[in-house]
Amino acid sequence: MKTQNQRAWLFVTPVLLLVAFNALIPMMTVVNYSVQETFGNNLFFWQGLDWFEQVLRSERFHNALGRQFLFTFLILIIEVPLGIAIALAMPKQGPWVPFCLVTMALPMLIPWNVVGAMWNIFTLPDIGLLGYFMNHTLGISYDMTQNPFAAWVTIIVMDVWHWTSLVVLLAYAGLVSIPNAYYQAAEIDGASNWAVFRFIQLPKMKTVLTIAILLRFMDSFNIYTEPFVLTGGGPGNSTTLLSIDLVKIALGQFDLGPAAAMSLIYFAITLLASWLFYTLMTKNDNKS
Amino acid sequence: MRLKSLVPVIYILFLMLPIYWLVAMSFKTTNEILAGFSLFPQTWTLANYIEIFTDPTWYWGYINSIIYVTMNTVISVLVALPAAYAFSRYSFVGDKHLFFWLLTNRMAPAAVFALPFFQLYSAVGLFDTHLAVALAHCLFNIPLAVWILEGFMSGVPKELDETAYVDGYSFPRFFATIFLPAIKSGVGVAAFFCFMFSWVEMLLSKTLTAVEAKPIAAVMTRTASSAGYELGLLAAAGTLTIIPGAIVIYFVRNYIAKGFALGRV
Repeated sequence: MKTQNQRAWLFVTPVLLLVAFNALIPMMTVVNYSVQETFGNNLFFWQGLDWFEQVLRSERFHNALGRQFLFTFLILIIEVPLGIAIALAMPKQGPWVPFCLVTMALPMLIPWNVVGAMWNIFTLPDIGLLGYFMNHTLGISYDMTQNPFAAWVTIIVMDVWHWTSLVVLLAYAGLVSIPNAYYQAAEIDGASNWAVFRFIQLPKMKTVLTIAILLRFMDSFNIYTEPFVLTGGGPGNSTTLLSIDLVKIALGQFDLGPAAAMSLIYFAITLLASWLFYTLMTKNDNKS
Repeated sequence: MRLKSLVPVIYILFLMLPIYWLVAMSFKTTNEILAGFSLFPQTWTLANYIEIFTDPTWYWGYINSIIYVTMNTVISVLVALPAAYAFSRYSFVGDKHLFFWLLTNRMAPAAVFALPFFQLYSAVGLFDTHLAVALAHCLFNIPLAVWILEGFMSGVPKELDETAYVDGYSFPRFFATIFLPAIKSGVGVAAFFCFMFSWVEMLLSKTLTAVEAKPIAAVMTRTASSAGYELGLLAAAGTLTIIPGAIVIYFVRNYIAKGFALGRV
């Protein structure tokens, strides 16, 4: 049982001040813009909820949101099973384990713009390794800047390359925490591989997998830099995800009102996801 | 069984391929890159690296990035330590709500904050300083540090605190000489994750700087857009950004998963 102690507030005050400075003031700015119209010169006019209505009805927003959900859905159904499969195939101990962990984690430590630039160089049709291989060795026409489908495949593969290791590391951490006695008992019972996975390994990985799925959901939902550097949202608007569209409107066209309204809608979606995340996490905490 | 052990090998090969290509590209001459495809550099050159280490715009990009990343890591861990202690040991009015609110900031899209941050930090006169980026990154790094440290601290039995009080330790002395050593791996992991997320982030650091504190990421985008043919230079710059991560990751290799799980494995 934790001690009741209101002086704990003193301990959290520095965190509160710093995060509030960064979160509340900008949020108020956004709320301000979202209900006003400006023609420059610091002149603002009350606009009510018009911007929200405009954004929610605009086809551009629907399309960006649709692409965003498609992207998040695709990377989740690829990365999660793939990550689990790789974690299952990894040795439980031995000299290779630290080597595997370090090399697998490496992509996650590369600055996001470098990830985009790296994949750009990798996929250039005539001088990139993948681009050359596809076009000249396999004879499949592949050019990300021309073909929307190729652009989509590339951003998905890039994200799989970048973040599958997160699922692997978490699933692996769950797997190594299973005592050997469980496997011995399963062997005595003559359990099949599938039964071992379904009734021993999967339940033990439940907590870490919840974390992995929700982190991947949220981070992929907020993704900006990698696809922006790789495709710039193109060809056309085919890979313009939600964040890319938002930055285009806010910093490119300086349409502050619609951008602010869109920000708040965007934020509300992530807030809902965070709440789900928190509820699931604390439920797990209470059980253990 | 043999087949199974091949899976991690193939996966690691897949991870290394684009990295190999970046590194190989960085050792090629511009002529060779433009002339066509070659699997290995035909004529090895260090020209790209020499240019980066002799041109101040380039190498200051690295120094600027390292300065704000270090500042951010120190600030985040220092303020997160007492807060994490409070969350792990005490219950107080509003603790759950506060914890949840912190988490929402870790999940907030950076794109939402880009423009307001630009205005806020211009208004307080911090625009284009290292401190501005370091403070802005606190938005997602402090919540992360609090979560990770709270996870590690909850793993330390409460009896440790109680015994120390009985022995007559004051709180600051207990915290510094007994508690901190007990969670030192947690502090290391929290610092590592703050370093990592500040190092890889680009949208905010680019928005908040112009000349003086320009991060390496922004220097790279300039090269990418102004001179499309300088691929070798871009590749060399990219290769150099991988090195700090590769070094620090070695020290926390056994705790990476625990850190990503926010201290909850």
